Amino acid sequence: MNISLLDVVGPVMIGPSSSHTAGAAKLAKTARLIYSKPFTKVRFGLGGSFASTYRGHFTDYALVAGALGMSEDDEKLGQSFEIAEEQGVTFEFYPTEIPSVYENTARITFYSEEGEFFVEGASLGGGRILVTNINGLACEINATCPTVIVQQQDVKGVVSDVSTILAFHNINIGIMKVSRTSRGDKAFCVIECDDIVPENVIEELKQVNNVISVVVVNIQGE
Amino acid sequence: MYKDARELIKLCNEQNKRIWEVALDNEVKLTGMTRERVMQHFSNRLEIMFNSALKALHTKQATKGGLIDGVANCQYEYSNKETITGNYINYVMALAYSCSEVNASMGKICASPTAGSCGIVPAVLLGVMESKHISREKTLEALITASAVGAIYTKNATVAGADGGCQAECGVAASMAAAAAAYMMGATDERCLDAAGFAMINVMGLVCDPVAGLVALPCAQRNASGAVNALISADMALAGQVAHIPFDQVVDSMFKVGKMLPPQLRETAMGGIATTPAGQAIYKEIFG
Repeated sequence: MNISLLDVVGPVMIGPSSSHTAGAAKLAKTARLIYSKPFTKVRFGLGGSFASTYRGHFTDYALVAGALGMSEDDEKLGQSFEIAEEQGVTFEFYPTEIPSVYENTARITFYSEEGEFFVEGASLGGGRILVTNINGLACEINATCPTVIVQQQDVKGVVSDVSTILAFHNINIGIMKVSRTSRGDKAFCVIECDDIVPENVIEELKQVNNVISVVVVNIQGE
Repeated sequence: MYKDARELIKLCNEQNKRIWEVALDNEVKLTGMTRERVMQHFSNRLEIMFNSALKALHTKQATKGGLIDGVANCQYEYSNKETITGNYINYVMALAYSCSEVNASMGKICASPTAGSCGIVPAVLLGVMESKHISREKTLEALITASAVGAIYTKNATVAGADGGCQAECGVAASMAAAAAAYMMGATDERCLDAAGFAMINVMGLVCDPVAGLVALPCAQRNASGAVNALISADMALAGQVAHIPFDQVVDSMFKVGKMLPPQLRETAMGGIATTPAGQAIYKEIFG
């Protein structure tokens, strides 16, 4: 049996819908972890069934909660609008079309003094999610295990240096995908690990030659 | 490894283990977690399930649209009076209603197998545990048994209302809970699966037709009736009723029936009671 019992009886979440509430919160939280910088404004473009049914399922509250860093089982999820106001974060929703094979999609754009940054993804049902685009770079991140996202110059040796550091810290790589915009330009790799990736390892990865940025999505899968 | 109920039972017989033990072994292998850690997760989930089943019994919750505010308390108060089906059945319905009410009011629940059907497994586990004085340990084993049944539906059919209608949500939840209840009452593994099969057969074809697209009406009512379905299905199996149709074939037929359902009856709110004049009036009132 390749279905986890904890996926059958689970997730533990704030209602009412695993796809429209829990999945939305998780997607926005993952987007925030990927952006990993302070922001003053966030916009949510809603596609597919998110756009037509979000109000009935508190998808809006869940998205804001996730963007503020709250998890899908946080009982304050229903107060996320007020919490955003307290933190001085403004937010808005707009309908949009996101090319995707999935029914529930969102584009989450963060705004700060440095500019804007977007993350696109989908809620797949049962609280599962998939991040499909990070600021223009296509990817596939489901955030079920600690995931390191490294952006680098497309030159030889970077991937090898990065994996050496992870191995040195006894972190096993489950899946690693490398992609780039064009040869010699910017590239990035998505590394799914079996273990939580601590802050000091992230700092070390940032020091690698030709690495532009490193973020980690340490959402621990059960 | 097993892929269906037949293979699961075969492993149980070969290894002289119960369904929950074989399923737990598989979970440890699949997730790489220790046995203790998996048990801890189940224990936490049972706690959250019970909390959601009790939370709205005495206190009305404010749900989106207000369609099911106070349904748990209403049934709970009645369960202490002279009733047709007895205090116990009404109490179990109240427990299921409570989970649905908590879910619709942004409270914490454990999907089992979905958020929309989150009341059935908790209501049956808590109801049987209390009334039959079953230990918490055995109740945990029953929860794992229920999960193993749910995993078979997830793998070989569907547990999404958008794919299979309500039979795939409240039907599967009742099927899971029936196996759990039968286990708690000392049934063999085969009888547990018979109970699971009866529960699904009882509601095969059930459509998903949420009024105003909300997880409220008729979801709450179907959680309450689903819990009762689980209990009577367990009793059918415990009585020794012959199942005739093997559980895996029931699962398969549910999947096929789900595919035959038109999209209007699969969570789109475009059919069933959602499109009755009263249902549409409710939609208008809530969303304008």
